[in-house]
Amino acid sequence: MSRLIARFDVDYPSFHLSVSLDVPTSGITVLFGPSGSGKTTLLRCLAGLERACDGFMQFGNDVWQDEAKGLCLPLHARPIGYVFQEPRLFPHYSVHSNLLYGYKRIPVEERRISIEQVVIILGIGHLLDRRIHKLSGGEQQRVAIGRALLTSPKLLLMDEPLTSLDIQRKQEILPFIQRLHEELHIPVIYVSHAISEILQLADRVVILKQGKLVGAGSLNEVLTCLEYRRSFGSLRVGAVLDARVASHEPQYGLTQLEFKGQFLFVPLQPVAIGQPVRVHILSSDVSLVVGRTNSPTSVLNILEATILEIREMDQSSVDVLLDIGAPLVASITRKSLANLGLKPDQLVFAHIKAVALNEELTE
Amino acid sequence: MADIDLRALWVTLRLAAMTVVVLLIVGTPLAWWLAHTRSRFRPILEAVVALPIVLPPTVLGFYILVALGPYGPLGRLMNFTLAFTFTGLVIASVFYSMPFVIQPLQGAFEAAGKAPLEAAWSLRASKLDAFLTVISPIALRGYLSAVVLGFAHTMGEFGVVLMVGGSIPGQTKVLSTTIYDHVETMEFAQAHAISAFMLVFSFLVLLGVYVANRRFPIHVS
Repeated sequence: MSRLIARFDVDYPSFHLSVSLDVPTSGITVLFGPSGSGKTTLLRCLAGLERACDGFMQFGNDVWQDEAKGLCLPLHARPIGYVFQEPRLFPHYSVHSNLLYGYKRIPVEERRISIEQVVIILGIGHLLDRRIHKLSGGEQQRVAIGRALLTSPKLLLMDEPLTSLDIQRKQEILPFIQRLHEELHIPVIYVSHAISEILQLADRVVILKQGKLVGAGSLNEVLTCLEYRRSFGSLRVGAVLDARVASHEPQYGLTQLEFKGQFLFVPLQPVAIGQPVRVHILSSDVSLVVGRTNSPTSVLNILEATILEIREMDQSSVDVLLDIGAPLVASITRKSLANLGLKPDQLVFAHIKAVALNEELTE
Repeated sequence: MADIDLRALWVTLRLAAMTVVVLLIVGTPLAWWLAHTRSRFRPILEAVVALPIVLPPTVLGFYILVALGPYGPLGRLMNFTLAFTFTGLVIASVFYSMPFVIQPLQGAFEAAGKAPLEAAWSLRASKLDAFLTVISPIALRGYLSAVVLGFAHTMGEFGVVLMVGGSIPGQTKVLSTTIYDHVETMEFAQAHAISAFMLVFSFLVLLGVYVANRRFPIHVS
């Protein structure tokens, strides 16, 4: 499988970035970390906008930077699309001319993405003749994404493209980003510090802290790793599961989802049977029961689980990492832990009180 | 206007135009460097560029005369002099009007910032391409100011011309020195005519710039 390999060591007066990266060149990789952790700097290094004096970067079989050989391609010579935090549209051109700026500059035979495609995916057909300053922030950012896509990039870098937008605009653009990766098969490296964006977009997460890489893995691996969980702030996600719609029960207003042989009920979804949906479960919505009690319960979602790891989070609570066919974290009190006598390898039942779909998530 | 005055007008316009062209070519990279460098030498260079604003034109003219004259480095090495020639006058004017071209350009480049440039690079534009198609249109207002101020300032120079160019009709005699000659010989009518012409001309040029700025604002979000 083709990979992106990069090593950068850069010294700034108040900051030191020292990162070694190795990720597949597919899907959406999110660079996550608090502000000042070096996410944007790393992205700029990948683009060649910052130059590490002993940097190295290889995309698939193409080496873009190898300072040992004195090689560093400038940004305009790399097949990269870059979406900045601000749209950075050219104010002296119309929307249409902005879109065409990069398109005109690539050889005809390299044009894999057409203007019509981009206009449809991003829903910007009605904006083409407008002037830039007449667009809203969300519209501008969509045009900026379209402009980058029209260079038919082999790699798309996005630097918190949604930070300057309100929640409604964010929800308007997020599906577009998902679609462009699904429909155009362009790998994306996406900088974010918003957990909601990660849950919705990420296939893979790289965690940065103070210029260093502290962890990397698939979304669910990273979210359920007890060591990384503090990085994600107050929103404690217990699991993100890529499930499929198994059946609908309209008389009860429910949809049943299936993943790895286990089933979950969620409120009725307008999604066809067999279609994929991404759901997440908050760790505080998971409670644990030892043995299957005979007394009936109102909880619909009860999953068999094996305890893998237990870790104290603060004075009163512990996180319990479970295996339900996929990792799932439950946050329980220390008192419950002691009362139940939970320990690794034990079989328990996880009662899940709520399952959320992505659209419902807000920070 | 008398024939001699028309010739002075022609010399003046040619001098101002040449000076602005040279300054735009030399000044663009210099202003760009000043706008974006983090070098320690930047303040030194900025001070040098601004010197002609405060320096008496005769001081500047004196040094240029010494440098370009028969005993200057040029004269000694190659045995020729640019003093009292039109070319010498252009060189002197380039120094004299430099701040009036460099400073508006530098300001415009600083205002444009690096952000649009990086965006253009990410869209496959080479450095020169990005500069020509993105930065220079955004900095258009700066260019307009630079051209107008550089041109008008060169037209109005007197002390430097006197030192470096002398007053050779058709070659180095410009309008400002012509006015001086007319006054010296008590030809007040001619002095009035040229002075009034320069007053009206300068006013109209500046008016044109301000009207253009207002009528065709450049939107930079």
